Amino acid sequence: METLELPLPQAQTYSFEAALDSHKLDLKPLSLETLQINITKLCNQACLHCHVDSSPKRTEQMDERTATRVVEILAQHDDIKKLDITGGAPELNPHFEFVVKEARKLGKHVMVRHNLTVQFDGNPQTGASMTHLPEFFAEQGVEVISSLPYYQEFYTDKQRGLGVFKKSIDAMRRLNDVGYGKPDSGLMFNLVYNPVGAFLPASQVGLEADYKRELKEKFDLVFNNLYTITNMPIHRFAESLKRRGGYEEYMEKLVNAFNPGAAEGVMCRSLISVGYDGRLFDCDFNQMLEMQVTTGVNGSTRHRTIFDFDASELMQRNILFDAHCYGCTAGAGSSCGGATA
Amino acid sequence: MNYYESKDLARFAEVGKFRKELMDKFFDYYGEATGTDGALTKREKALIGLAIAHFKQCPYCIEAYTSQCLENGSNPDQMTEAIHVASSLAAGMILVHGVQMQNVLMKHDAM
Repeated sequence: METLELPLPQAQTYSFEAALDSHKLDLKPLSLETLQINITKLCNQACLHCHVDSSPKRTEQMDERTATRVVEILAQHDDIKKLDITGGAPELNPHFEFVVKEARKLGKHVMVRHNLTVQFDGNPQTGASMTHLPEFFAEQGVEVISSLPYYQEFYTDKQRGLGVFKKSIDAMRRLNDVGYGKPDSGLMFNLVYNPVGAFLPASQVGLEADYKRELKEKFDLVFNNLYTITNMPIHRFAESLKRRGGYEEYMEKLVNAFNPGAAEGVMCRSLISVGYDGRLFDCDFNQMLEMQVTTGVNGSTRHRTIFDFDASELMQRNILFDAHCYGCTAGAGSSCGGATA
Repeated sequence: MNYYESKDLARFAEVGKFRKELMDKFFDYYGEATGTDGALTKREKALIGLAIAHFKQCPYCIEAYTSQCLENGSNPDQMTEAIHVASSLAAGMILVHGVQMQNVLMKHDAM
């Protein structure tokens, strides 16, 4: 008896490289201006859209040997101008303050991805207090970059947990009190917006004006710039989209909004991302997807770590792309520094 | 089968399978009127679109303009106010016809 073969439904695939080809874009590295280090997956929060899947239960931490190696690399490379420290809540790594101080001594611009609430929550595993952070940041002159998903309580708590908005407002006040965001203080305080759901961010300029007006009028708070970031369809956010049957629709939204101008400005062209264990990646998203930087030619390729950091080889590398990269190229673009186009 | 399928919104352009030049003119006009910042911002236009979508109770437009409003920076408070504007106008349109009713009542010497 003849068997009737029914076509099986195929998962839709989204080729980012095909989009680059169709626009004749060849995205090569431009510089190593920023070294971004993800020093812990531990966080006092467990946010709905966290691409790191951070939570109070995570235990991954950059160790002293790796942190020391990061400082060595900064010292050896004048072309690395910026150190971008992220996590998790990076302050919960025991070597965080060492890295900040050493990088500042070397004259590097240091950015800390500070979630605000850690000031009050402290370390969820050791109970260590973090109330000193505003003063520490100000003494070191670091740029503070903090997520505040919206200027209203509803969206912020929906995304980051009940009570987070009120705690974030109190934490912002403590940062303002030591000078952050104030004119002429030289202490940069930037906020990050990402949509609460499966939609693209609004115009960065328009939202920044809304945030500034609302936070000033309602809470007498100030900040410097607002960065809009697109939700990446990976890990926790991707899982929530799939549970609700919205993954394909969101991906199509990103694909349809592909902007060649935004693609040319993607952050991976001027950044190297370092994992807690020292492995190198093109960005924090590739890091979470275990897409490790590989250099060399056929037969002698190898994965790269901070321990065999070779700037000239890294500048020759092929940046690794996949479907999630559409998140960085949709609409006005998205990066750790906000819109790119 | 439902009359309204969400995925059909993406097939809107297929209406131009016949007399494409007319549909092209519509899309040009529509894009210019709704999708650009002018004397009104795109955000304001999206809120107007959302109110009209509800007034005309078009499922396609409600879906499209809810997203448009979010992606142009509006929040649920503002969007809900917009549909209350539509709702109150609709109520007013009914109530103002009460004048017609009263005209007829007077004609019949009933008020």
